[in-house]
Amino acid sequence: MKLFDKVFKFNGGIRAETKKNISTAQPIRKIPLPKKIVLPLRQHIGKLAKLKVDIGHEVLKGQLIAEADGNVSAAIHASTSGKITAIEKRLIPHPSGLPDFCIEISPDGKDQWIEKKAIPWKKIGLDKVNELLLESGIVGLGGAAFPTHLKLNNSKKAGALNTLIVNAAECEPYITCDDMLMREKTHELIQGIKLVHEILNVKESVIGIEDNKTDAINFIQHAIKKEKNISLQIVPTIYPSGDAKRLIYLLKGIKIPKGHRSSDYGIQMFNVATILAIYRFIEFGEPSISRIVTITGNLKSPRNYELLFGTPLKEIIDDAGGQIIKNDTFIMGGPMMGFKLPSIDVPVTKSMNCIISSEPTMTEEKKPVLPCIRCARCAEACPVELQPQELFWFSKSKQLEKAEEYNLFDCIECGCCSYVCPSNIPLVQYYRFAKSEIIEERHEYEQANIARERNEFRLQRLEREKLERAERNALRRAQSSSEEKTKLIDEKRKAIADALQRIEKEDNKND
Amino acid sequence: MITSILVVVFLAVIIGIVLGISAIKFKVEGDPIIEKIDSILPQTQCGQCGFPGCKPYATAIANGEADINQCPPGGDEGIHKLADLLGVEYKPLNAEHGEPKPKSVAIIDEKTCIGCTLCIQACPVDAILGSAKHMHTIIEKECTGCELCLPPCPVDCIDMVAIEENAENWKWKYPVYKIDKVSERRAS
Repeated sequence: MKLFDKVFKFNGGIRAETKKNISTAQPIRKIPLPKKIVLPLRQHIGKLAKLKVDIGHEVLKGQLIAEADGNVSAAIHASTSGKITAIEKRLIPHPSGLPDFCIEISPDGKDQWIEKKAIPWKKIGLDKVNELLLESGIVGLGGAAFPTHLKLNNSKKAGALNTLIVNAAECEPYITCDDMLMREKTHELIQGIKLVHEILNVKESVIGIEDNKTDAINFIQHAIKKEKNISLQIVPTIYPSGDAKRLIYLLKGIKIPKGHRSSDYGIQMFNVATILAIYRFIEFGEPSISRIVTITGNLKSPRNYELLFGTPLKEIIDDAGGQIIKNDTFIMGGPMMGFKLPSIDVPVTKSMNCIISSEPTMTEEKKPVLPCIRCARCAEACPVELQPQELFWFSKSKQLEKAEEYNLFDCIECGCCSYVCPSNIPLVQYYRFAKSEIIEERHEYEQANIARERNEFRLQRLEREKLERAERNALRRAQSSSEEKTKLIDEKRKAIADALQRIEKEDNKND
Repeated sequence: MITSILVVVFLAVIIGIVLGISAIKFKVEGDPIIEKIDSILPQTQCGQCGFPGCKPYATAIANGEADINQCPPGGDEGIHKLADLLGVEYKPLNAEHGEPKPKSVAIIDEKTCIGCTLCIQACPVDAILGSAKHMHTIIEKECTGCELCLPPCPVDCIDMVAIEENAENWKWKYPVYKIDKVSERRAS
């Protein structure tokens, strides 16, 4: 057993209590079909999916019900067979707590699949595979929900890839869905890695895993014994080792600079659950319709569930025995980066990796926020090597340009700074605020530019129309006047000619 | 004595030539300050400032004919930016020109519209689509919310609808937390 792989250590990070064993004692559980399935059209990063069905339509399991709108978007599939009974705004698991468009399916109980077809990826080429992935609805299942086909697109553009990194670090406390997946679906996962390895045409695949997942490490080590090109590299349990750029540095010692992608350095990374989703899609033609979710924290029976997207969260909380100490507070994601759910009347989505029922220690009257004492402990903890204290002052005083200059957008919002802050300042909240302000400002600036362009074009058009009208009028005037003149002249000439003729006639008579 | 005079004259000629050439070669077309002011203005083209659009207002500011506090859609933030750019004191928005309103878009009640094209002629950004005696509609994405289409409408079928916060345009809020008095904290 190779325990001491060479790992490069990133700056800072924290060693928090992992609390992972709360939810790993029991196997992954599936629950019976729920009465209603509610699928939000916004489950991914990018544009809202475009609706393809209407109320009353019968759909089959795995049928496309909303397609990707453009490239930065992801498709949505029916997670069971049934009838579309509503398309309306419902509460979704989003930090805003605002409702968004959802499709409601009333399952018919048959759970009948559409015709599933394996993808002959060797024959059709990477381009076609990518197109199909766009229809598969697969997004990064680590929690960020970034459309997977975009990642493949990037790798293709960058040319030669040499390494596939499988992100199995799962560094946030409480979350164990990847751990359980590796324990229970080891074989399938390795098949998936082999498949993605071949599709990407890389030389080696490295599984990066934190040293606290001993069972998963054992299973995987056993499973990859005969695989030459797949290796397992164990990294120390330091949060946030599961962040893509941190993990690449830990394993390869490569720091990806600002504005670059890992694919520029020949590396592509996928989360274990995403690998499995790609495998299920290509090998069996199954689109993305379910995932493993950790339901943990202050519950009678915390564990992992394999859930269809759209399953009401409330039913699962009930299945897990409900809260031990009632406080009706639930966090989606981990305790470091997650957010408080507005309510548990929300469906399971692609980005839902973990639900923590808040423990009394988490909801207890929060420690008072004190002024910043400039201790710079946050800078020591920052894995991105930023200056969180500076970013905090700039964000607090709304000096957004300054904050941007200090690389605010490199912040991964991991929460290490807030965790170590002796003054209990919610630093990440300030960064998020500053980031969304800047993003909105940019958006407004773009809109203003478009409005200016349109206004200038209109003024130009009006000017042009005025000129054209003037020209036309002048022409008409010129035309009409010349015609009249010739007419008048002609008339006069005719009169003269007539008179002359008359005189001539009279002269002739007189003669 | 002669040498020093020659050196100075020589330098003067050289510098003169360099400056002369640069003045021609790097000549700045138009007045850049107008462009800079214009880029701060929100481009609503509403005319509330008393000028027929953002560019004319920017020109007026640059020429000292208008004050910096006449743009309600730009709001306080816009005035601050203009003050920073021009190096003048900030002054609060002049209420004569209107109050800042939440960003909204115009919506045409398509049942009532008689197709008179008057609003199309009024729209400063060509965001209204339609033709004579046919129903008109507003391209929401392009609407700046200037309200210029409201007065010409003979049947009052245009409404301004404020843009609601939704999951897409939602922003993280400025963190707010309670600061206890030290005495209270000690007591608890």
